[in-house]
Amino acid sequence: MLGYLIRRLFYAVLAVWAVSIISFFIINLPPGDYVTSYIAQLAIQGNIIGAEEAESLREYYGLDQPSYVQYLKWMNQIRQGNLGFSFEFGLPVNDVIGERLVLTMILAAATIVFIWIVAIPIGILSAVRQYSIWDHTFTFFGFVGLAVPDFMLALIMMYFSFVLFDFSVGGLFSPEYVTASWSLGRGFDLAQHMIIPIIILGTAGTASLIRITRANLLDELRKPYVATARAKGLSEWRLILKYPVRMALNPAISMTAYILPFLVSGSIVVSVVLGLPTVGPILLKALVAQDMFLAGGIILLIGWMTVVGTFLSDLLLVWADPRVKFEGR
Amino acid sequence: MESNPVEQELAPEIEDIVEERISVASQRQLIWWRFRKHRVAVVATALIVIFYTIVIFADFLATNVPADSEAFRGLMPPQQVHIFDGWKPSPHVCAVTGARNPITYQKDYVTDCTEKIQVRLFARGYDYKLFGVIPTDRHLIGLSDDTLRPEDYIYILGTDKQGRDMYSRLLFGTRISLTIGLFGVALSLVLGIVLGAVSGFYGGLIDNLIQRLVEIVRSIPSIPLYMGMAAAFPHDWSILKIYFAITIIISLFAWTDLGRVVRGRFLTMRDEDFVTAAMLSGASQRRIIFRHMLPSFYSHIIAAATLALPLMIIAETTLSFLGLGLRPPAISWGTLLQDAQNVQTIALTPWLMIPAIPVILVILALNFMGDGLRDAADPYSN
Repeated sequence: MLGYLIRRLFYAVLAVWAVSIISFFIINLPPGDYVTSYIAQLAIQGNIIGAEEAESLREYYGLDQPSYVQYLKWMNQIRQGNLGFSFEFGLPVNDVIGERLVLTMILAAATIVFIWIVAIPIGILSAVRQYSIWDHTFTFFGFVGLAVPDFMLALIMMYFSFVLFDFSVGGLFSPEYVTASWSLGRGFDLAQHMIIPIIILGTAGTASLIRITRANLLDELRKPYVATARAKGLSEWRLILKYPVRMALNPAISMTAYILPFLVSGSIVVSVVLGLPTVGPILLKALVAQDMFLAGGIILLIGWMTVVGTFLSDLLLVWADPRVKFEGR
Repeated sequence: MESNPVEQELAPEIEDIVEERISVASQRQLIWWRFRKHRVAVVATALIVIFYTIVIFADFLATNVPADSEAFRGLMPPQQVHIFDGWKPSPHVCAVTGARNPITYQKDYVTDCTEKIQVRLFARGYDYKLFGVIPTDRHLIGLSDDTLRPEDYIYILGTDKQGRDMYSRLLFGTRISLTIGLFGVALSLVLGIVLGAVSGFYGGLIDNLIQRLVEIVRSIPSIPLYMGMAAAFPHDWSILKIYFAITIIISLFAWTDLGRVVRGRFLTMRDEDFVTAAMLSGASQRRIIFRHMLPSFYSHIIAAATLALPLMIIAETTLSFLGLGLRPPAISWGTLLQDAQNVQTIALTPWLMIPAIPVILVILALNFMGDGLRDAADPYSN
């Protein structure tokens, strides 16, 4: 058990490190360095900076040093909780991202809950009533759900909610709550606005979780212990829910770790289309303007949060399936 | 009644023949028989063939030069092609005239079916080179030139904001989006096969390292990374350069699924007799991997590649849609859908959403086809 946890933790740390390297790489991708872009930005606003001042800025950011020193300097800054300065917004990156990062994670977490609530009962129903009309219907919708890209689903939902209900989807808050501080009313408002984004984001995951649950439960239902329980006269639903479903849920849990990165990816795209105040639209804006400290900071943080989320779902698996503890002994 | 005894006599013989056919059939034939049973997959494959035919013949099928813009014909709704004029077969489209609405300043188009524009098959149109070599100006459909006036036009799927023909643009977008997926899959196949083969064949430390790499790559959200890298392309890059750069970026992260399939196959196959035999007879490791092991699961690789293709197409379409992938004047499904980004355009000019249909069709079809192939890849299993 401890060995398993330590191994998982080690991989998570490795992934955290890899994410930081990739983010640093992306920050340094555009031609020209940070200071050059900064000076250009200031020049647009009418502030001309002399060569001397530019040199001292370069020194401050360590741009005259080899890239591994720059990387270490950047990491050291981040360790102090400072992600750098965004010239696109004229604010520290921390202030720009702040609440948006929280909303991104709330959206991803809520989508996972949605996927579970919807997919597992349907998966069970499809397996128990195999080849029924329900099974076929859900299988078909599952395929469609897997096939349609998130942004397109968002477009289609937008179109139909506009044409049919004359209701425009967008944002996560009603106007009166946008700048309000957190309260019960604001939370409720957020929940209401999240329904459509959650459905859009959750479709693909729901589809694959239905398929996984169905396949695993079908395997379990054929095992002798099910026949034994039935022979002993246990009621059908109790029998199914008590043993085979529990067994079939384990792959569903391990799948959560696997879909989390996809959800975060998807939330970026869907947020851009629907104008949700998550980090998605900010990332796009930062990249288009080549505001690389902001973009790199966002990529770094969502990468890290995904790794942490994956690690947490690994822990959940240990709790749900004790056999994992003995894996690799 | 008379034929009955004959039939009874024949029946076992037919069974024998069937059995014999199965036992002498090649692997390829068995796979085909198995695949044929999966009806949906067969239909899906036919659809994919049609789409790749469009890729090859995009020029021939197009009715207008895709880049030709006509500002005064912006956002024109689709023209329906009528095959009959009353009872007489006479293919035509109705003339459409546009005028600015003095109140809304929107362009209002009026279809006038008393004025018919004749359409024919194999009509003369703009010059192009079929397959990139044969110069011609014949197109599958077009305006018949005997009654042609300069103000006649045909826009089967309407026009976009700049008055460019949506139908022709969709054909060319199909060409780009479907080939970018192919190149991407080819590239990730190379990565996936090499790393998967090394991992599965050698096992041990190398396997462990590569598997950790796969795990790390999979635990990072890919779209933000694609976006970050794609945003760094210099603005003066040519379409071709961006096209290849995007392919490379996407395959850098997409090889992991293929790598897993290949590794799994190698692991199960490493202990097979024919591998041991090849080893004992002194074949080099490279020879064993590439001549003995890989060919025995080509079908699995093809199935995995088919399932990877839609992911590539989605990735390219998404990036281009966000404005970070291919950029106009390049035409792909993603750049076409960029015009349909907000509710107003979707509600007022719904035909700009039409490119969504082929995207969904192709992705669905590829998924079904890959599913069928995966089931058929092991014809000996039940």
